[in-house]
Amino acid sequence: MVGFISRRLGFSIITLLVVTFAVYVIFAVLPFDPAALTCGQHCNATIVHANRIRLGYDKPLWDQFWLFLRGIFMGRTYGTGAGAFTCPAPSFGFSFNQNTCVSTLLAQAFPITISLAVGALILWLIIGVSLGILAARYKGKFLDTASSVFVLFGISLPVFVTGLFLLIYMSLRWHIIPIQLQGYVSLFSNPFKFGEYFILPWITLAFAFAALYTRFTRASILETSGEDYIRTARAKGLSEKVVLRKHTFRAALAPIVTMASLDFASLIGGAILTESIYNLPGLGNLTLQSIYEFDLPVVVATTIIAAAVVIVMNLIVDLLYAVLDPRVRA
Amino acid sequence: MANILDIENLRVTFPTDDGEVHAVDNLSLSLSAGETVAIVGESGSGKTVTSLSVMGLHNPNSTSLSGHIKVRDGEKIVDVVSASREEVRSLRGRVVSMIFQDPMSSLHPYYKIGNQLGEAYLVHNKGKKAEAKKRVVEMLDLVGIPEPAKRAGEFPHQFSGGMRQRVMIAMALMNTPKILIADEPTTALDVTVQAQILTLLKDLQKEFHMGILLITHDLGVVAQVADRVSVMYAGNIVERGSADDIFYRPMAPYTVGLLNSVPKITIGKRERLPSIQGQPPSLINLPSGCAFAPRCDYKASAPAGACDASLPLLTGLNENHVSRCHIAEANRATLFAHAGRE
Repeated sequence: MVGFISRRLGFSIITLLVVTFAVYVIFAVLPFDPAALTCGQHCNATIVHANRIRLGYDKPLWDQFWLFLRGIFMGRTYGTGAGAFTCPAPSFGFSFNQNTCVSTLLAQAFPITISLAVGALILWLIIGVSLGILAARYKGKFLDTASSVFVLFGISLPVFVTGLFLLIYMSLRWHIIPIQLQGYVSLFSNPFKFGEYFILPWITLAFAFAALYTRFTRASILETSGEDYIRTARAKGLSEKVVLRKHTFRAALAPIVTMASLDFASLIGGAILTESIYNLPGLGNLTLQSIYEFDLPVVVATTIIAAAVVIVMNLIVDLLYAVLDPRVRA
Repeated sequence: MANILDIENLRVTFPTDDGEVHAVDNLSLSLSAGETVAIVGESGSGKTVTSLSVMGLHNPNSTSLSGHIKVRDGEKIVDVVSASREEVRSLRGRVVSMIFQDPMSSLHPYYKIGNQLGEAYLVHNKGKKAEAKKRVVEMLDLVGIPEPAKRAGEFPHQFSGGMRQRVMIAMALMNTPKILIADEPTTALDVTVQAQILTLLKDLQKEFHMGILLITHDLGVVAQVADRVSVMYAGNIVERGSADDIFYRPMAPYTVGLLNSVPKITIGKRERLPSIQGQPPSLINLPSGCAFAPRCDYKASAPAGACDASLPLLTGLNENHVSRCHIAEANRATLFAHAGRE
């Protein structure tokens, strides 16, 4: 087990390094001069040159990458003398557009994205998995058909349609949930406000995913139902309820866990559509804005973080699998 | 001796996209305590469907049963065909148990052996956890698992195929059932392990005085353990008799074909294994005559046209050895005498 974990951990670190390098290189070879983007209309060659040296863009690519990596762990100081400023570790660079360390921007956006993703995940798992179980249990009956109508809607309606519908009806027409103007409130300071802030985005995201997971859970359970060991469980004289709950569901759960972890990872990378519709200042919105404004250090950082989350979630899935399936532990 | 299982005129059909499949057609069979009855036949002849029906493990939504499957539960007789689902459920694992063909996939990969065995006991003995634990170790020991207390804490993937089949047997016998249905119990195992499992089944049968319904296509297994044999073809029993009758005095052309197809150790290097020509019929559109007629080598010996006209009845000179054939009973013995010895 220890060997398994350390092997997977090693691979993850290597993958992460390769991804980081690839992303960094892609942005370095883009036909933009990052230093030229550091100042606006009243720019001149002297300022650009000074900024280039200050931000390290004059150095060879390898050195730049090395400084970037080093900054993540050690922090990084730009410039010398009185004009110098420091981004503490983990430093992902300096955003000249916003004139602040990228890590500061990330730290502001991250809690919002996490809250959005976790809440949506819980909601869609509860709805999707229970509907999927019901659909499988009553295959071909009314409940199964009804759930497939829900699935059809969930899969066909894009997030920006459901999101706008919810916003228009729940907030503007019916005034059930007020438009969120005062901004993000942490769960721990005011749970009620927190819920009000996120409830519509959660429903929007969860609706699409719940549909997918209903289908997926149903298929997984029906597939497991055909296994020999399920027949064995029936042959013992167990009731259908116990067979489903203890034997079928347990085995059908593993692929659901995998899929949920990976979907969760991609959401952390930025639920761009949902965040835009509800104007949530999360990672997705941050990425979008930075792309519009050619704020390259921020784009590099969010891309690397999105990749890192996928890699870390993959690692977690592997470990979860070992917990779920005793055959993997060996 | 009263029978513990009486199957009378069982018919099993299920609808498919191509039409209704007549998996079992008018089958009758009996089993008494301490006896081993084998059902022999090739794939698709209805053996497994029959055994699953006895357990009530057929899909109730798509399968329709008619006839009777009478199981003796103490003083009571329960007809699996007409009983409620709950009644049939309470028979499973307590009065009728089953072991399956593939021990590798028949145990749940996520639960410990002890847990899976204990569950089989607890389902019919609610809340007796301490007894269940004791019983698990006792049964594992009985089926020949070394260090049963330690092994009970292990997972199925830590057991070999033969050991898993032993575990399956232990699980089936947790509540000392009266009837054990063994569906191809040794097919997935090595030959040496096969012999061990068959011996174990025989020993346990004596100890618990249970009736075994053995489903197999392997005549070697039948010869080793069966007291009586029913040969099935296309959903029908084509011959029924004692094991000696079937092997030494076969009375149905299909049985003769089966016996001739058994590989012999004397067979020459370049000789082909003998086989029954043709394919078994589709169970959707069964011919109106004898289902075996198109493949039968002895059609010429029957009255002209009889084989294609009607399905022969199960008849014989002696009621304990009957077969389905249009050839007159008196002539069958001499006509088929060479079977398995050519």
